[in-house]
Amino acid sequence: MNPTIHVVGAGVISSIGNSYDECFKALQNGEHGIRPLTSLDSIYKDILPVGEVNLTNEELAHHVGMDKPVTRTSLLGLYAAKEALHDAGINNFDRLRNGLISATTVGGMDRTEIFFPSYLKDKTSGHLSDVVHHGCGATTEVMARTLGIKHFISTINTACSSSVNAIMYGARLIQHGILDVVVAGGTDALTKFTINGFKSLMILDDDLCRPFDNDRKGLNLGEGAGFVVLVSDKVLKENNLISKAVVFGFANTNDAFHQTASSPEGRGSYDAMEQALNMAKLNPQAIDYINLHGTGTSNNDLSEGTAIKRLFHDKVPRLSSTKSFTGHTLGASGGIEAVFSIMALHHQCVFPNLRFQTPIDGLDIVPQRAFEKLPLTHVMSNSLGFGGNCSSIIFSKNLKR
Amino acid sequence: MVKAFINGMGIISPQQTWGDESFLNAVQDYKSNALTCIEPDYTQWISQQQLRRMSRIIKMGTASAKMALAQASLEKPDGIITGTGFGCLEDTETFLSKITDLHEEALNPTPFMQSTHNTIGSQIALQVQCRGYNQTYTQSAFSLEQSLLDALMVLTENPNQNILTGGVDELTSTSHSIQSRFGKYREDVESTLALLEKPAKGTIAGEGASYFILSGKSTSSSLASVAGVDMYYQLDEAELTERIMFFLKENNLSPDDIDLLLVGKSGDDKNDRHFDYIISSHFAKSSIGAYKHLCGEYAVSSAFAMGLGAAILDKGNIPDGVLLKDEKRFPEKVLIFNSYFQDHHSLILLESCRATKS
Amino acid sequence: MADLKVQIIDALNLKHLKPEDIGDDQPLFMDGLGLDSIDALELIVLLQQKHNTKIANAQEGSKIFMSVRSIADYITANQKN
Repeated sequence: MNPTIHVVGAGVISSIGNSYDECFKALQNGEHGIRPLTSLDSIYKDILPVGEVNLTNEELAHHVGMDKPVTRTSLLGLYAAKEALHDAGINNFDRLRNGLISATTVGGMDRTEIFFPSYLKDKTSGHLSDVVHHGCGATTEVMARTLGIKHFISTINTACSSSVNAIMYGARLIQHGILDVVVAGGTDALTKFTINGFKSLMILDDDLCRPFDNDRKGLNLGEGAGFVVLVSDKVLKENNLISKAVVFGFANTNDAFHQTASSPEGRGSYDAMEQALNMAKLNPQAIDYINLHGTGTSNNDLSEGTAIKRLFHDKVPRLSSTKSFTGHTLGASGGIEAVFSIMALHHQCVFPNLRFQTPIDGLDIVPQRAFEKLPLTHVMSNSLGFGGNCSSIIFSKNLKR
Repeated sequence: MVKAFINGMGIISPQQTWGDESFLNAVQDYKSNALTCIEPDYTQWISQQQLRRMSRIIKMGTASAKMALAQASLEKPDGIITGTGFGCLEDTETFLSKITDLHEEALNPTPFMQSTHNTIGSQIALQVQCRGYNQTYTQSAFSLEQSLLDALMVLTENPNQNILTGGVDELTSTSHSIQSRFGKYREDVESTLALLEKPAKGTIAGEGASYFILSGKSTSSSLASVAGVDMYYQLDEAELTERIMFFLKENNLSPDDIDLLLVGKSGDDKNDRHFDYIISSHFAKSSIGAYKHLCGEYAVSSAFAMGLGAAILDKGNIPDGVLLKDEKRFPEKVLIFNSYFQDHHSLILLESCRATKS
Repeated sequence: MADLKVQIIDALNLKHLKPEDIGDDQPLFMDGLGLDSIDALELIVLLQQKHNTKIANAQEGSKIFMSVRSIADYITANQKN
């Protein structure tokens, strides 16, 4: 890809850790973060396994220096974006054309759903402060104002592929010379809305999820945020920054099969992976590791697995779903898993796919069972969303060309 | 960045902007602070089987997309980029209400499934079987502009493509009632057409679905071209003026080259204040038009403005009810300058393509 | 079964159909009435809300929802009183 886009900073918060290093340790040690729900006033409290971040809103707010009441989604986003920026260490940040591209599916719903029951009883009741940040864009605005980014802000919502689309958009904005540095990724908080929504679709597992296993029963929901800082080669050199990885290829396609189900042959995910490889000018064999979308639902894993077999044939690379650790963090999943992909390159390792026992009938795909140190050059991450929104991105070691 | 040709459009709005009549043939006046769309018979484009599950915003979005495709003589686009400030509100409200009323038991999946913002763009993709690039922006009053910018980048990379780009937002009674509590709307509106005559506190709510087929190649159906787009967040008057002048310079233009400045005056005195300074100090020679008294204020109202601007450039004629100040200039260059509740400001530059139409 | 058909039409928003348009044994999914997986979930909700009958998972639904008659039979056999 020309010009080269470098990842110079990464930040993440999820149920397995409150930092890049904490998350890595958990991935290395096989320690997932999926436990019975604690934080929401719901009939599923203490019952439904979810991946909650282990910090209260007050703790998050204190950490990011937020003294106003804002949504949990913005707090999580700020937490991870701040870590990414700190990691990037760009002294000149304010003098560069900077932008924030965030992604979220729930936006301020964590507070809107507190407002709504009162409002339903009496249209004059409910605190307006609970709905002022309802919109997805408002999450990004809160983050932008706190981070001091005013030049360019954007928010993407393409369901579960949202934050990887944000990273792609950020990369293209730099390539087109519109921005010099982009903070890109996504954030989503757990809400009653999404828990009940996925319950109504009957795709939640009442137990710990088992991605890519023949006996999988569904997904576990999670929350968190993952952000990266992107710059061009020119900005990298001029500011003496360190490249963690290169954005080597990506693609955004649509399955156009059904609103919530993926096509059996995985045509959308196949197209996304193939086009990402084409952009990177790589053959499928060049991919060393795939961070799967791998939600653990009957439909996704069969569809994604079928697409992978069709593309990689009998040379399927190492692959795993880190949702077996974090749960499915919806709009944040692309961002969190992008950071995990970069982590894999950084530490030259692949992460396990927890609780896998039996390959899916007819697919013969065996995900990574244990943490393993391996030489890696190219890592692919898939994010497939409702509405057929399929995205695939390839991160690579910064090879001097 | 390439200039993109508008080769087709579909606009559903509180005005008569679709069908055989010319665009904005006779402007509608309302005695309300909540303008809802004049909707077509959707069965022209969508089967009953598919319509049954669609909420209003999806119907509006799908129909306007199909109108745009039809005008451009296309079965399907190469990509779909949608801007929506608040997404599928009705479905969101329905599901939220059910969670409360039914105490989280036996909930219908349909409203949840349709509540995500990308449902509009994905339903269109499903309808026309478009498996290409599909993106949804939801950055308040930058949603349409972000979609445009993305489309321009896509077309710079692949000028031969046809990208369906648009802005869709719906007004529900719940969202109106909640926004009213924030004091956003005028009370006792006697005439929406007179909205801008006396600035006061508050505006009027609106909604609409506007899709455009954009391409790097002109055709015989090209209406106008999109020459540039820019967005400014929380700038003061001086900074905003500077950035607008810079934008024009980047496009090799001066303010005098703008034949028609279409401003996003909403009738709210706080929002509209800075327009007057910028107009009088820099755009004294341009005709000035407005659009929010026609479509209401909503996050993607600039999509309506874009449709209006394209129609004006195509016909070389400004419909009655649009002009605030007439400098008798033949429209070749239209600059849309929008402001939304004082902190989202944007520009869309449209140009006539009569000379380059194929 | 006529009542059940009215409920199905209402739940699935099949406004363009009347009860007499749906045969007792007509296949509801695939080529029959053309219903899909979301309709199946809505039928699960209908059975729970209106007939006090719970279906544990979506896979069970595919056998039960073959026709209006098979749904009626299931309700009769499993309704919790």
